[in-house]
Amino acid sequence: MNLVINEKSYSVNAPEELKLVWVLREVLHLTGTKFGCGIGACGACTVHIDGKAVRSCQLPLGAVGGKITTIEGLPEDHPVKRAWIRHQVPQCGYCQPGQIMQAAALLSAHPHPEVDEIVASMNGNLCRCGTYPRILRAIREVAEAAT
Amino acid sequence: MNRREFLKGCGLTVAVGLTPLGAIALRAADRRRDFEPNLWLTITPEDRVLCWVNKSEMGQGVYTSFPMILADELGAALSQVEVRPAPALPGYGDPESGGIMLTGGSTSIRHMYGFLRTAGAGAREMMIAAAAKLWKEPASELRCREGRIQGKDHAASFGEIVRYARKERPPARPTLKDPKEFVYIGTPVERLDIPEKVAGKAKFGIDVSLSGLVYAFFVRPPRFGAKPKAVDERAAKAIPGVIAVQNLSQGVAVFAETIAAAFRGREALRVDWEGGDDRLSSASAETALVDALQTEGMVAREEGRPREIWRSGSRKLERTYTLPFLAHGTLEPMNATAWVRNGRCDVWTGTQFQTGSVKAAAQISGLPESSVQIHTQYLGGGFGRRSALDFVLDAVEASKAANRPVKVIYSREEDFAAGRYRPANATRVQAVLDEHGMPAAWIHRIAVPSLYASAFPARMKNGIDPAAVEGLVNLPYAVPNLRVEWIRKEFTVPVWFWRSVGSSHNAFTVETFVDELAGLAGKDPVDYRLSLLSDPDAKRVVEAAAEKAGWGRTKTGRQMGFAYHRCFGSHVAECIEISVDPKRLVLHRVVCAVDCGPVVNPNTVKAQMESGILMGLSAALKERVLIEEGRVVSNNFDKYPILRMGEIPKEIDVFLIQGQKELGGVGEPGTPPAAPALANALFAATGRRAESLPLAL
Repeated sequence: MNLVINEKSYSVNAPEELKLVWVLREVLHLTGTKFGCGIGACGACTVHIDGKAVRSCQLPLGAVGGKITTIEGLPEDHPVKRAWIRHQVPQCGYCQPGQIMQAAALLSAHPHPEVDEIVASMNGNLCRCGTYPRILRAIREVAEAAT
Repeated sequence: MNRREFLKGCGLTVAVGLTPLGAIALRAADRRRDFEPNLWLTITPEDRVLCWVNKSEMGQGVYTSFPMILADELGAALSQVEVRPAPALPGYGDPESGGIMLTGGSTSIRHMYGFLRTAGAGAREMMIAAAAKLWKEPASELRCREGRIQGKDHAASFGEIVRYARKERPPARPTLKDPKEFVYIGTPVERLDIPEKVAGKAKFGIDVSLSGLVYAFFVRPPRFGAKPKAVDERAAKAIPGVIAVQNLSQGVAVFAETIAAAFRGREALRVDWEGGDDRLSSASAETALVDALQTEGMVAREEGRPREIWRSGSRKLERTYTLPFLAHGTLEPMNATAWVRNGRCDVWTGTQFQTGSVKAAAQISGLPESSVQIHTQYLGGGFGRRSALDFVLDAVEASKAANRPVKVIYSREEDFAAGRYRPANATRVQAVLDEHGMPAAWIHRIAVPSLYASAFPARMKNGIDPAAVEGLVNLPYAVPNLRVEWIRKEFTVPVWFWRSVGSSHNAFTVETFVDELAGLAGKDPVDYRLSLLSDPDAKRVVEAAAEKAGWGRTKTGRQMGFAYHRCFGSHVAECIEISVDPKRLVLHRVVCAVDCGPVVNPNTVKAQMESGILMGLSAALKERVLIEEGRVVSNNFDKYPILRMGEIPKEIDVFLIQGQKELGGVGEPGTPPAAPALANALFAATGRRAESLPLAL
């Protein structure tokens, strides 16, 4: 099966039922996308498919349609990544690729979300280190700066 | 590939020798060119300063604070410092923890600050001595600044002096800098690990890959203590890619060439189990703990005649509290990759306990400890969980059995169900108030499993587990007649260190109880605490939190709750402002004042306080391990909910109070006051006292 990930084409030899998160991590060694829960309850595995945030632990390889973007494919100068550094968001850092991909998808669809909308969009992404206040500040700053 | 080539590939060829500063690690590949004055740093001719960090980075910022300390003493630019996780070799153990290599107990900076300064100062003096000879200038005239050595007539970068400095003898007692000369220590420095974490490039244990590795996925006992009775491996072994099925000490492992085959194999494996305590539940454990309170415990501290005063007292308060087992719930599930072969064992994992891992790996592999190497990766959350060794044991056993490199990844369900939990506990507190409303006697009895008895038996004190009674035997409040008792009550549920350990429960019982005593005495809870505290550092922190929060000037419709606790060498006071709609609790603001003494990186201290507070609030509002018929049923984030963004306080303000002279910890002390401060606020709002967690609204 062929996948387009971060604008690069990959030929993947894996069973169709294997979840995308494991295809990315263990077959293609794109380990920026993290495994957290396997039931879509934590958001650590969030990637973009055609620009929309998707939980890759819930998506079997056979059901993947569209272009995939992972944390590695989000440009380094992406406003969300830059805001994450400015606000010194990560602690252990494990959930952060998922948080960043979720935030980037939100801001791409809604460049000026209200706080309630940010919280509603980010509420499915867990962070055990409790970086939520900084995530919220970083996203608000990007939203306010967006033209 | 022979062994030497393999070692070179890992960049970890190590030889050990002795210098005045202790054991010295020389990376053989570079030993002919680098300057390695001691264990803790290496300077290359290319002007890089490698900082060998013996503590694991799990979010607390040690991969930034250690380089800051070293750079300041050395006179290096922080931008030239690169972190290298130290190998688990003799000499890298924490000298203040008896030489073990362990990241826990909020010790990273507290224990290593002085050693790192000495290491940096020693290297600086060696470079200066070398440059002084080279330039024929007096050493006293030379300075190291931003990675350059500056003389009157000469200047050179560190890299240019490396080959001369190598010939210098390490000084026995290097002179430390005057802290006024620090460029980095005490200033808010951006973390060095954040760019790669934001880029998705940081390597955690679960990200490790080796060519030729196989996966070992486990079927675990369905009940604590159950053992396999019969294993039907036929269906599993029929799956292409499944190599073997083997019964190992912590479960039945399916070995597979691909991760897809490992999933299929585990799904197909049939195991019948026997044994284990199927009557055990979280409810039965709670009942047993409360029942245990009826018996007298071991006396951990006794002052005066508390029991006589209790019997004869008139203004009395007695409360019983119960607190649940808690899971760590790190976002990265437990995992490890091991390779046992040719008289050597390598383990790649995110561990908080390297020397424990070495011992476990040596024991399982049958190799000497010197043949085991631990390759520490970033930890996707620790909170104590990663100082347990179960995942290392799984991987080493599996690799030995398979004779291949093996990667073990726990499913989230395994991670929760095969956890090592914060012990559940029950506490009874009794106090008698004197005519001024102050506690004349205080009897604190806690029933809780022991952490130290199995983990660190040598640290038991007169048969008492220090974790069980921390915050109690050192009760900060002046009570003339005090008795602290511990009842050891064990279950088959494995227990382990959870962020802030015994303080995670004892601060809750002490701080809700003292709040209630204040009410009984008709006094303001903050004033009451202040009049019971004698330590000026403690008072300063309590006053600061109250003042910054606007204690006593609460807005209409809002309530505040307060708590103070000292643990791991730091004082923390927290004030939480809430409002309660008929059924909806809103957390408006948390004000935290912390005194951890001299601060290396104020950014990190603030972040750790935010983190500790939110973990404490998460436990207070949501968390409890649910056990039924001997098994953990709260085995994923849907059944073991943790705090989400929509539930956090609207504001968290952290104030650093630098009063005490000695260094205090920061990883854990933020957690204990959060739950009692919230419970006390909830009392102010509802008139109901919480006697268990998670809080019911």
